[in-house]
Amino acid sequence: MSVIDQLFVKLRNENRKALMPFITAGDPDLEFTAEVIQELVARGASMCEVGIPYSDPIADGPVIQASYTRALGRGIKLADLLESLGNVSPQISAPLVTMGSYAIIYRHGIEKYADALSERGVAGMIVPDLPLEESPQLAKVCAARDLSLIQLVTPTTPPDRTLKIAETSSGFLYYVSVAGITGERTELPPELVERVSWLREQTPLPVCIGFGISQPEHVKLLAPVADGLIVGSAIVRRMANVTPKNRSTTLQEIGDYVETLLSALE
Amino acid sequence: MPTPPDSCSANVPDAAGRFGQFGGRYVPETLIHALDLLAVEYDAARQDASFQAELDELLKNYVGRASPLYFAKRLTEHCGGAQIWLKREDLNHTGAHKINNTLGQALLTLRMGKQRVIAETGAGQHGVATATACAHFGLDCIVYMGEEDIRRQAPNVFSMKLLGAEVRPVSSGSRTLRDAINEAMRDWMSSVESTHYILGSVVGPHPFPRIVRDFQSVIGRETITQCREQFEGLPEVVVACVGGGSNAAGMFYPFIELDGVSLVGVEAGGRGNQPGDHASPLTYGSPGVLHGSFSYVMQDEDGQTCDVHSMSAGLDYPGVGPEHSYWKATGRVDYTTCTDNDAMHAFDTLARLEGILPALESSHAIAQAMEIARNRSSSEQVVVCLSGRGDKDASEIARLKGESLG
Repeated sequence: MSVIDQLFVKLRNENRKALMPFITAGDPDLEFTAEVIQELVARGASMCEVGIPYSDPIADGPVIQASYTRALGRGIKLADLLESLGNVSPQISAPLVTMGSYAIIYRHGIEKYADALSERGVAGMIVPDLPLEESPQLAKVCAARDLSLIQLVTPTTPPDRTLKIAETSSGFLYYVSVAGITGERTELPPELVERVSWLREQTPLPVCIGFGISQPEHVKLLAPVADGLIVGSAIVRRMANVTPKNRSTTLQEIGDYVETLLSALE
Repeated sequence: MPTPPDSCSANVPDAAGRFGQFGGRYVPETLIHALDLLAVEYDAARQDASFQAELDELLKNYVGRASPLYFAKRLTEHCGGAQIWLKREDLNHTGAHKINNTLGQALLTLRMGKQRVIAETGAGQHGVATATACAHFGLDCIVYMGEEDIRRQAPNVFSMKLLGAEVRPVSSGSRTLRDAINEAMRDWMSSVESTHYILGSVVGPHPFPRIVRDFQSVIGRETITQCREQFEGLPEVVVACVGGGSNAAGMFYPFIELDGVSLVGVEAGGRGNQPGDHASPLTYGSPGVLHGSFSYVMQDEDGQTCDVHSMSAGLDYPGVGPEHSYWKATGRVDYTTCTDNDAMHAFDTLARLEGILPALESSHAIAQAMEIARNRSSSEQVVVCLSGRGDKDASEIARLKGESLG
């Protein structure tokens, strides 16, 4: 049983839901990323998703794209990023997962990448541009190391394909709320609740919803039908203007924001 | 990496979109269903005689095909070797080979019942060809174009607007073709139910590399027929420039199983062989993932896409179509590079000796063909794909030569 499996068994037993913040690694630097992760876990986040900056992220909206550009502009390297995750993971009680393009994983070497995560206490990975058909090799490599390979289902995924994806996913199933790119949205699709409810009846795997979620109202609406919620752009946006002077206030502000979402989760 | 296959097959890609080990589909799940539907629709269209007849009629009467195969007599004499023949894709409606693909994909758009079309463009030729096809069929058209390319190719930007398309500037990254593709993909992520993405080269996720190759293969098929008519044989060498690689794929594909014909792809050598100075992934890059496909790419050691350079906007791209990677791996096609300076020299030479202004992209192929011809006998033939005309490049060429148009 992987770390993420254990987390969701516990949450389900306690009838609680997970909140999973997404943070771009290295924006503006890896020290700040580590501080934010620790702050958010201390506030009650169940898991953290760490975005690996990539030069050509086609699934990402302007906020996360810009954060990737900033991090890469400051010369972030994968080796340093992985080392930093290795330093932070023993200090937190919540699992870490990476979100990164297959372009990066392939270049690094898929076994080497999986080993690196494993050795540094990272619990799993999301690879947004590796659909079902291309994933068997990486899935095998992850399974051998007890790493979760979290697969995505979207509103455009037909039902039979959804079931196949659910069978191959591990840790949890990532339900993408909208057909589109990442980014905060005021309105979420009206059929979202129904779709996720259906999905949860089809699979024993926990289902977490991401894309577009940013407001306590979203959390109140979706928490009852899901196992967890993922919040990205709303956090990354708050990190965009961090300077040496306002680091601690920015950290506080992000923490307070996540806490408003956490209290909507109760 | 798996070992390369022994021989090169024309019977690719497989059902998963693989050309040997290359190709595939590395895109977000949101796009998979649309790609599946596109593959099914394309397979149906391919076997539908009325679809083919409609496309053939358009290519004949709207595009002006067959494009001539022209013997460049003075250029041949100048080089003093093999005969140089030009496949005149520059004479097509809209001035390049791109229209062969956009009309085909616009017909697919209609078959799928979609009304909105998006496209990316580098040199602007694919943008103009898409805007033209959309105007012809009454489809809504949005073209994504990097700001750097908008600057370099202003006449094409204006043409697209005149044709009723909306040109959306892309200011992210290197502000060139690569970023325009990213932005078109992002649009498609949100609009996939109502919109077809007319991808302009043999790149991207399956089934695009195959669809674009097939629609462009009219170039090679016509060339084979014309060679047999005009010099009663096949050429010794066929040359084409390679950015994403659509004109080259269309020219080479019908020759793939004709073993006696050497095929030469010419990448943009830019200013030199240092990273950032060229756009030659097949020559200097390595296999990796970019824009939904596994193929040769210019990446750093972390898998980040490198900035590349070519004076020609249409070749200024860090990736290449997966079938070219397959042809490189099997050894069926030789890939080489041509620098900005050599391409410019070829441009000048063709202009003065033949009265033809080639596109800067095509000038790379001309330069290589001149080199090949010099080393071969006058009984041999070299065919070059003259993929587009150079009018669009006039202001950029003036800038590069330090001359004023005014």
